[in-house]
Amino acid sequence: MADILVYSDLLTNAKELAYAGKGFAAALGMGISAAALGPNADADAAELGAYGADRVFVGKDPALEGLQTDVVAEALAQIAKEAGAEYVIIGSTRRGKELAGRLAQKLGAAAVTDAGSVVVEGSDLVASHFSYGGATVAKEKVNTPIKVFAVMPKTFEVGDVVAGAGTVVTPSLSLTPSAVKLVETKPKEGAAVNLDAADRLVCIGRGLAKKEDLPMVESLCAALGAEMGCTKSLCDWEWLSENRLVGLSGTKAKPTLYLSCGISGQVQHTVGIGTSKIIVAINKDDKAPIFAFADYGLVGDIYAVVPALTEALKKK
Amino acid sequence: MKIIVPVKTNPDLQMIRIKNREPILEAVPYKVGDLDKNSVEAALQLQAAVGDTQVVALTIAEGNRKIKDTMKEVLAMGADEAYILSDDALTAADQAGKALALAKAIEKIGGADLIVFAEGSTDNYSGQMGPRVAELLALPEIGYAKKLTVADGKLTAERGMGDLIEVLESSLPAVVTVTSEINEPRIPTLMNIMKAGKKPTTEWTLGDVGLDAAAVAPQKAVLSNLAEEQQRKNVMIEGSAEEQCAALIDALIKDGVLEA
Ligand SMILES: Cc1cc2nc3c(=O)[nH]c(=O)nc-3n(C[C@H](O)[C@H](O)[C@H](O)COP(=O)(O)OP(=O)(O)OC[C@H]3O[C@@H](n4cnc5c(N)ncnc54)[C@H](O)[C@@H]3O)c2cc1C
Repeated sequence: MADILVYSDLLTNAKELAYAGKGFAAALGMGISAAALGPNADADAAELGAYGADRVFVGKDPALEGLQTDVVAEALAQIAKEAGAEYVIIGSTRRGKELAGRLAQKLGAAAVTDAGSVVVEGSDLVASHFSYGGATVAKEKVNTPIKVFAVMPKTFEVGDVVAGAGTVVTPSLSLTPSAVKLVETKPKEGAAVNLDAADRLVCIGRGLAKKEDLPMVESLCAALGAEMGCTKSLCDWEWLSENRLVGLSGTKAKPTLYLSCGISGQVQHTVGIGTSKIIVAINKDDKAPIFAFADYGLVGDIYAVVPALTEALKKK
Repeated sequence: MKIIVPVKTNPDLQMIRIKNREPILEAVPYKVGDLDKNSVEAALQLQAAVGDTQVVALTIAEGNRKIKDTMKEVLAMGADEAYILSDDALTAADQAGKALALAKAIEKIGGADLIVFAEGSTDNYSGQMGPRVAELLALPEIGYAKKLTVADGKLTAERGMGDLIEVLESSLPAVVTVTSEINEPRIPTLMNIMKAGKKPTTEWTLGDVGLDAAAVAPQKAVLSNLAEEQQRKNVMIEGSAEEQCAALIDALIKDGVLEA
């Protein structure tokens, strides 16, 4: 029986893949396996079993410490063969996306990365990803015997968990240490933020004239109970950390309320906000493309509207 | 040392219009990808830092009929030489076929000490090329570098990974992919634009790199490629800033996304 093999370097994401993978496997008449790799593999394996994997391949080879792409790709290629995988579905996290190309090349597979949806069509899984910089969504079917999909975190929701772990399998891995050495890790500047989880999100763009004006936006965030995100230039200029980037190369946010301030609405940004429940845009240019994406549009200068909104929210 | 920079030219994304959800590509000019300019710039900065280094640009024409002209921008930025793979079969190829063609071309050029890719292409952003070419050439690869140095025959790269910055090291030859944070690409001077026309540019077909159409045949089928439909209220709220804000708050409360 062919198999679906799932893997992610992030456990929460791996659980989503195991859960969704079980559904795909049932629809396609396949088995569902997961891979748990690295120092935490044993603990992860139990969770992945509970989330749907019939078999969990546990790899604890010392070469996997640090999860370097070349070693993880080799391990997954070996596991995919042992599991008889037809589909290898991995998380399109930063590591996962890098992994996808190398793994696909090892497996002689075509791959779809950054997939925002995977669905069963007939006897196949087909995946969709942004194309033309986000202007369109391309839906692709893979025709190689083994197929690799890298799926963006949070694409799949997780439902009820059935206790009862999958069978743990110890694959016979033959790995060599990575050609890349991790010299050191250092903390990023700026406090950790998790825009993924934000229920309300205020995003600021190049309409902000200077970094010193950020407190104006921070006040609005505080009054609204929102996290602050931004467009790419603000990260490139290091006004805000890259954890706050929303869009194609950053977070695909799913807030209830998204409010943009001084953002034009170029597609690389708007692909990150499309699933927001309500979208509000403030821009001084009444022709800004962001208004086409918005539920509510306010034409105005952010230096007038943002403080006014902060005050109005405080008085409410 | 020798640095090869594979670059992609793509239809100017600002000029693609959508009609009945279909992208209209007719008459849309190609340009060097924004992210590819970061990889070219990264190579040029290493060239300046290390000295005695040749920067070679490599591209696949992919339907860009004016590829030679488009690539002049890369030469004008400062690349010493350009290679262009032009073959109809490559226009239809997907990442696997293109990676194979790039790897074969890199071998034919005589290999490189460093191959610098963008983290993804500006239009499709799949991010597969760097890791695939690294695997084909059996080279180490570091993705998402936002800082690069080469010294003592070693490559050191910094990249953001979650809440951490990783500092990674690899021997050469190696493949690296860079993000847009790494630099601000230079804008070529008029003088360099004029000089670019005289720099060597070589055009190859698939046969020239030892491949045929079958070797790069597409392995994926694109079932559709359409703009997504946005269902939004598109209500414009007018008035003074205070009036706008009051009306917005009311509307958000009615929608149930703000407490009364
Ligand atoms: C491969 C690739 C990936 C990318 N990924 C991302 C990504 O993940 N996220 C992202 O955001 N971008 C991304 N970009 C960049 C993206 O293309 C745009 O450049 C960016 O989103 C534009 O940011 P902006 O709207 O802040 O700036 P601009 O486009 O410059 O817009 C500024 C807006 O502010 C308005 N404005 C100016 N002053 C005021 C004022 N005082 N009051 C009110 N309004 C004002 C202007 O009218 C204008 O509409 C990517 C680009 C590429 C090529």
